[in-house]
Amino acid sequence: MKTSLAKRILLLAGMVIAALFSGLPVLWLLSSSFKSNRNIFATPPKIIDESFSFDAYIDILTDPEKVRFFFNSYFVAAVVVACTLVIALLAAYSFSRFNFPGKKILNTVIISVQAVPPITLLIPYMVLVVTLKIYDSYPALILTYIVFTLPYAILMLTGYMNTLPKELDEAVLIDGGSRFRALWGVLVPSSVPGLVSVGLYTFFQCWNEYLYALTLTRTNEMRTVPIGIASLMGQYAFEWNQIMAMSILGSLPVIVIVLFFQKYFISGMTAGAVKN
Amino acid sequence: MRSKNKKPKYPVKKSLRRVIEPYLFLSPVVILMCLLLMLPIILVISYSFYDNVLITNDSTWVGLENYKTVLTDRVFLSSIKNTVIFVVLNVVFHLLIGMALALMVNVKCFSSRVKAGFRVVYMLPWMFNATVVAILWKLLLNANGVVNYLLSQFNMIAGPVEWLSDRSIVFWVLTFINIWAGYPFYMISILAGLQGISSDLYEAAQIDGASSVQSFFYITLPQLKPILISIAMLDFIWTTQNFSLIWLLTAGGPSHATEMMSTYVYKTAFTSYQYSQASAAAVIILLACIVLAIFYVRNQTRED
Repeated sequence: MKTSLAKRILLLAGMVIAALFSGLPVLWLLSSSFKSNRNIFATPPKIIDESFSFDAYIDILTDPEKVRFFFNSYFVAAVVVACTLVIALLAAYSFSRFNFPGKKILNTVIISVQAVPPITLLIPYMVLVVTLKIYDSYPALILTYIVFTLPYAILMLTGYMNTLPKELDEAVLIDGGSRFRALWGVLVPSSVPGLVSVGLYTFFQCWNEYLYALTLTRTNEMRTVPIGIASLMGQYAFEWNQIMAMSILGSLPVIVIVLFFQKYFISGMTAGAVKN
Repeated sequence: MRSKNKKPKYPVKKSLRRVIEPYLFLSPVVILMCLLLMLPIILVISYSFYDNVLITNDSTWVGLENYKTVLTDRVFLSSIKNTVIFVVLNVVFHLLIGMALALMVNVKCFSSRVKAGFRVVYMLPWMFNATVVAILWKLLLNANGVVNYLLSQFNMIAGPVEWLSDRSIVFWVLTFINIWAGYPFYMISILAGLQGISSDLYEAAQIDGASSVQSFFYITLPQLKPILISIAMLDFIWTTQNFSLIWLLTAGGPSHATEMMSTYVYKTAFTSYQYSQASAAAVIILLACIVLAIFYVRNQTRED
């Protein structure tokens, strides 16, 4: 099917306008991170002006307090990804390979749990976290994040395991192997693409979390990148270039995931909506 | 399935063990969900029936009193109205923009490299979390910022506009920013759906002389329907719960112009320390999300 030249030009114009709509604000973010703070609102605005430098980035990366935000975010996300994957694997194995009373109900509960608003649980979490004496600590963030990443991970992995033939792991059982050997030895290696998708999506959720990080931690020692960026806004003087540099640095992991693991990430992200 | 299980191919030592086995694998999830989901939900519901919870030790049962207080609070009622308008506008525009971009990126007449480039650019807003999106738009919409500069160059505004503190426009500005931040999810999901539609359908339609508009309405839309319903419902749930972007951009202000149910709960709990009322409001949000979830669950489990 050949499309006429006029149509193609019209289409291209539409695509370029849409690209400006989504891309220009981001370009401005990037450009501002290279300016000096004095030139942020200089008129006429320029994408690159004479104050171009990496100073803002250097300031962020040499400030131990800010580097700590990054460490916290990576650490919390890594632990949550590991825990979520292990727990979700066990559950997915059960859902995919067994028939048992209550399976349908449990499955429905796990789907509907995704709709529980984080804000509803905030007050009781605050109480639980203080009671357990884990306020302002990694466990407070890790435990609450797992609750919100698990349901999706279970549904995704169950869907993935259902596509693997049963003969694969039943062979281990016939040979006298245990269920755990069937799971770790056969199913886990065959589920790597599914695990990568779920892991990336879980990381993405943790990395972006704001509400619990804001309320369940208090000191800069425990705070994550989103709170760190927001706290730069609250300071006496707006260091716009530093805020923008930290925003870019704080978005890098997700940008890398989207650019280099696009296939995995998109299949993990859209699995909830696109089902076969 | 069940008849197959009755005659296992492999030797079974203990039948009891076989019965509890599936539950053993599920036990970590079940324990976690009971402790960190069921228990908190029970707690927040019980708080909502008591007076002065958490601030005093002797709080008393007041029945539905907290709900009465919240539901007669003008601020909460307007936050419900704001949330509904905000959510509906977001879902509609996300759907329209997501669909338009997915169709453009899916067209056959450009090389795949060009299309991949555009796709990445369209996904950009999605690579930044709420904090970054909020700060980015604060920079752009600053009184001395680049948006005001450009608009004044084209004589579209008389003087600098205070986009985020002018009561008459701030709600629409916030809605616009959230639309900007959220459409890529739709585009990507719809794109995945489009690529799943068999090209035979389009070829058959072309042979029958259907125009591209007709193909869209009679093939593309019906084929995408399940996906569109799923993502719209997820978006309904997510946008109803949205807190971070609103909190960071306006914190519900100025003078409650952008107050949403979520910011109302947060403020009532953590700035006024009215945990009882905040719990009641939180339970109301939960109920709203349960209603949305029922539709979503029905849709997700229908064919399974």
